[in-house]
Amino acid sequence: MKKLIFGALALFTVISTFSACKDKEEDLTGFGSVEIEFDNQAGSSKLEFGTYYTNTAGETLLFTTFDYYISNIVLIKEDGTKYVVPKNESYFLCKGNEADTRLIKIDNVPAGDYTKLEFIVGVDSAKSVSPISERTGVLDPATGANGHYWSWNSGYIFMKMEGTSPVAPAATGNAFQYHVGLFGGYDSPTLNNLKTISLTASDEVAIVREGGETPHFHLYVDAMEIFGTPNTISIAAKPFSHGDAFSSQLSANYADMFVLDHIHN
Amino acid sequence: MKKSTFYWYLGVIVLFFTACKKDEKVLFTGPFVPSNFPQPTYDLSVNPVTEAGFSLGKKLFYEKLLSRDTTINCGSCHISFSAFSHPEHPTSHGIDNQFGRRNSIAIQNVLWKKGFFWDGGVPNLDLVPLNAITSVVEMDEDPARVLEKLRQHPAYPAMFKAAFGSEEINTATFLQALSQFMVTLVSANSRYDHYVRGEPGGDLNAEELAGLEVFKLKCATCHATDLFTDHQYRNNGLLDDFSFDRGRNEVSQLPEDIGKFQVPSLRNIVSTDPYMHNGKLKTLEKVLEHYSSGVKESPTLDPLLRQADGTLGIPLSEKDKTNIISFLKTLTDEDFLRDTRFSE
Repeated sequence: MKKLIFGALALFTVISTFSACKDKEEDLTGFGSVEIEFDNQAGSSKLEFGTYYTNTAGETLLFTTFDYYISNIVLIKEDGTKYVVPKNESYFLCKGNEADTRLIKIDNVPAGDYTKLEFIVGVDSAKSVSPISERTGVLDPATGANGHYWSWNSGYIFMKMEGTSPVAPAATGNAFQYHVGLFGGYDSPTLNNLKTISLTASDEVAIVREGGETPHFHLYVDAMEIFGTPNTISIAAKPFSHGDAFSSQLSANYADMFVLDHIHN
Repeated sequence: MKKSTFYWYLGVIVLFFTACKKDEKVLFTGPFVPSNFPQPTYDLSVNPVTEAGFSLGKKLFYEKLLSRDTTINCGSCHISFSAFSHPEHPTSHGIDNQFGRRNSIAIQNVLWKKGFFWDGGVPNLDLVPLNAITSVVEMDEDPARVLEKLRQHPAYPAMFKAAFGSEEINTATFLQALSQFMVTLVSANSRYDHYVRGEPGGDLNAEELAGLEVFKLKCATCHATDLFTDHQYRNNGLLDDFSFDRGRNEVSQLPEDIGKFQVPSLRNIVSTDPYMHNGKLKTLEKVLEHYSSGVKESPTLDPLLRQADGTLGIPLSEKDKTNIISFLKTLTDEDFLRDTRFSE
């Protein structure tokens, strides 16, 4: 009898232990979604096209275009586990004048608590040389990428900023244009302006649960960062850059224009 | 069976087979890989050439709807009888009578090509037409609009269906069709090819053979293999000021690439004049004169054009030059230049 009680007790313990485990696991199985918002700013205020701003060099300017490719998104849990968004679902063209292109939704994210975010500004080299049949959506050079693809130097324009400034040459309508691309070359090397951005939440967590709310990574993207740190860019000195050597100064500058402002669940 | 009856039957049988053979259509073969060529670089398994795809690609190649004002097609600057280059035009002649900066490159053996255009700005043949279409001095058209024009066209949707199984016309199928036509432009039946492959019609005379020997010694490092190019980017000393055209540097942005241009193939060279990236040299004599005594100094000049004693260029005697030219003439492939499958 004693043996039987002990046996039952043992069995109960084992079962309850497993159930406990199962309960905990249940929290972390399944999939949810995550939203990432790229909220364009100009310094401390929301970026508005047509509004005048002053850059680090003290020049007055206004923006007419501010577009960039975001790709290869990785979500990272507190414990360091990574969720790499499937490659072909991980290319986005964020356009300054189309707010919905700057709200990215990632589905099928494994349940968990996420605190870090990684992505590339631009289109990685593998995709930049992939067969034409694998370039659909925003990567279709004739349609989706419209205006964000160089046919003379095959590749995508990672960041396209255009506007006007009184200090830019009047002969070209006071326009300034910064088009940054170049992924490092397909055969022999070229300049490489690909930048990987890594952002960590200070004290917030994106809680992804099956059937739960969709947590929201709210990023501030400060367009003015392109004009300062580490390189001070003067429109008067350099109003146009279309994939030239100067573009490395611009990409170095925009590598820190992304800030993870907050996460809300 | 009587002997005469047997022969009668035999006659009928022979006639029957002959008739069959006569009715048989010549099978479409697509591009061929000559035994003296290396392995192709274009991946035909991704875009296999079919007869319908080739026909569509040819129609598109000669389609003026590709240009903004319907005046220019690919064949305007890439003419079949000049190995798909543009005779008597130093640089490309495009829309609104504008001129580009560079000489129209021959389209031949692109199945083996690595890097397109003089600066190698385009890695894959499929992406090449986008450059000519969007260039403001060539076709000056938006590719999205080209696709729309083709969708509205009475013939194209059915041709795309025949080639790709769907009437839908998209960027990939549009470009792949053009590639199917272009990869089929294989030139490998010159007298030199027959010589190298030990085939009939491959007789080279003493002067041509002497030219081949000098060529191997002094030209073949860059104009390598039976494609006659190593596909590399080199400064051949034609200029010493590259402010008008920096060549490979314009796409790579690397200072060591200033003034470098891709080594062109020499196949059908007699038909692809004028020569060099800017079309400045009109004759082969001028080209050899350049290499022997006209090479200009600049920081990126190809080391192969510097001799040990510091003089520039390639030492060539007058006899060497005439022999080389005699040899280069054996690279003319009349079958290719006159192939009606390829001409407009």
